[in-house]
Amino acid sequence: MTRLLRFVFYAVFVRLTVLVVLGLNVRHREKLPGRGPAILVANHNSHLDTMVLMTLLPLRLLPQVQPVAAMDYFLRNRVLAWFALKIVGILPIQRQRTGRGDDPLQVCYEALENGRILIFFPEGSRGEPEKLSEFKSGIARLAGRFPHIPVVPILLHGLGKSLPKGEALLVPFFCDVFIGDALYGGGDKRAFMQALQDGMDALAQEGHFPPWE
Amino acid sequence: MTSLSFDNTLLLSLAGLYLILVVASVVILILKKIKPDQDFSELSKRVKSWWVLVTIFTLAMALSRNVSLGFFALISFLALKEYFSIIPTRRADRRVLFWAYLSIPLQYYWVAQEWYGMFIIFVPVYMFLYLPMRMVLIGETRNFLQAAGTLHWGLMMLVFSISHVAYLLVLPAKDGFPAGGPGLVLFLVFLTQFNDVAQYIWGKLLGKTRIIPKVSPNKTRAGLIGGVLTTTALAVLLAPLLTPLSLPLSVAAGLLISVAGFIGDVTISALKRDLGVKDSGTLLPGHGGVLDRVDSLTYTAPLFFHFIYYLHY
Repeated sequence: MTRLLRFVFYAVFVRLTVLVVLGLNVRHREKLPGRGPAILVANHNSHLDTMVLMTLLPLRLLPQVQPVAAMDYFLRNRVLAWFALKIVGILPIQRQRTGRGDDPLQVCYEALENGRILIFFPEGSRGEPEKLSEFKSGIARLAGRFPHIPVVPILLHGLGKSLPKGEALLVPFFCDVFIGDALYGGGDKRAFMQALQDGMDALAQEGHFPPWE
Repeated sequence: MTSLSFDNTLLLSLAGLYLILVVASVVILILKKIKPDQDFSELSKRVKSWWVLVTIFTLAMALSRNVSLGFFALISFLALKEYFSIIPTRRADRRVLFWAYLSIPLQYYWVAQEWYGMFIIFVPVYMFLYLPMRMVLIGETRNFLQAAGTLHWGLMMLVFSISHVAYLLVLPAKDGFPAGGPGLVLFLVFLTQFNDVAQYIWGKLLGKTRIIPKVSPNKTRAGLIGGVLTTTALAVLLAPLLTPLSLPLSVAAGLLISVAGFIGDVTISALKRDLGVKDSGTLLPGHGGVLDRVDSLTYTAPLFFHFIYYLHY
């Protein structure tokens, strides 16, 4: 039942909102992975980010796709937790390490081993609208552990205008989605982070994004 | 919901339109075969978006009047969204933009009610006064004038102007003019789009002297003159079927639509050049998105509407 609800939520509600109310301008769609396991990495400015990324992939992949999201935020009450887990289908992780030897990314490892496609926001939080904050290095650890799994950088622009943090009113704007070349971990972590940052910067250069003030 | 009964002349014209589209598609196929070295992608994309537009138009008209009005409202929405996405907007104005979007359902509601008085003043008077007031309440004064000006220009072009096509649709049929509103809409939209293509083709064939190289380097004198003549000739042919216009007045309508279409086209070009964007969207294939499809219509729709309204209503 909830699987059907999830399908209807994404196939009808999310797609209509994303494609008609917002409208996407997607560049390099061919660089998206055709099957799991894979990791989609994007900048994070809005709750809409996840919805847009889910719309990019074909519906047949829907059961495989899981957005990685903060446990403390999305599981803070029962209704939200049901919605986040069953309908949105998040993979909840803890943002802080709780104890020694306890890896918050453990659930991600398992999901990738099961062939899932993960949506990962390395900024950790939505932050200021239309500004990129520093990437946290968890993604390098994740990629390093699975050097054969593609990490696809995706630049989102415009969603922070449509629904920024702390606002409930959605204002329609076209959204730019630029997809970059897949990266692979396994080498030096710092080099990987640098490559990821460079990949996002290169994508940002493709667009014409004046600062939003 | 009042369903539009298709009268015979309208049906005939629609059939003619599809015939033209088939011919155009075939001609492009042949051109591609004969001259494989030349690039016809521009033209073929335009014809493809025509197919989409004409099919949606037919469906909307066949289903009901209100579906058609909804279709025009959707066009206004998509165009306004494209506009708001490419212009610089202020963060403080999020709520103001939301109100600007809300003007679309209201404006098309006046059309559905055939409330002409409200339709004609709602955007130029009430929205014009309301949006700056809302901005003042938010209290950000930096770039106030720029924001108020750009928002209102967008509303006038993409909501007010385009809604004139919708108001044409609700104009009633009269004695000796059975096609009614749908006939007028077909006449306007078809000639406006035809004029775009005619100017493009004449420009490619004979064009030398550029008219406004700074705004639009592809616009030539030969393109403009050829387009105006062809469009006016077609207007004279179509007017007896689709409009109540007499021969001299149908010549005037043809001239009005072809010249205004040109101006609308270059006005949106100027906007895009100012903003440094070439293609403003990718929803319909062709050179750009919705804004590029409705550019000429922003000028032809209100001008043709008031021309007809003054003469016959």
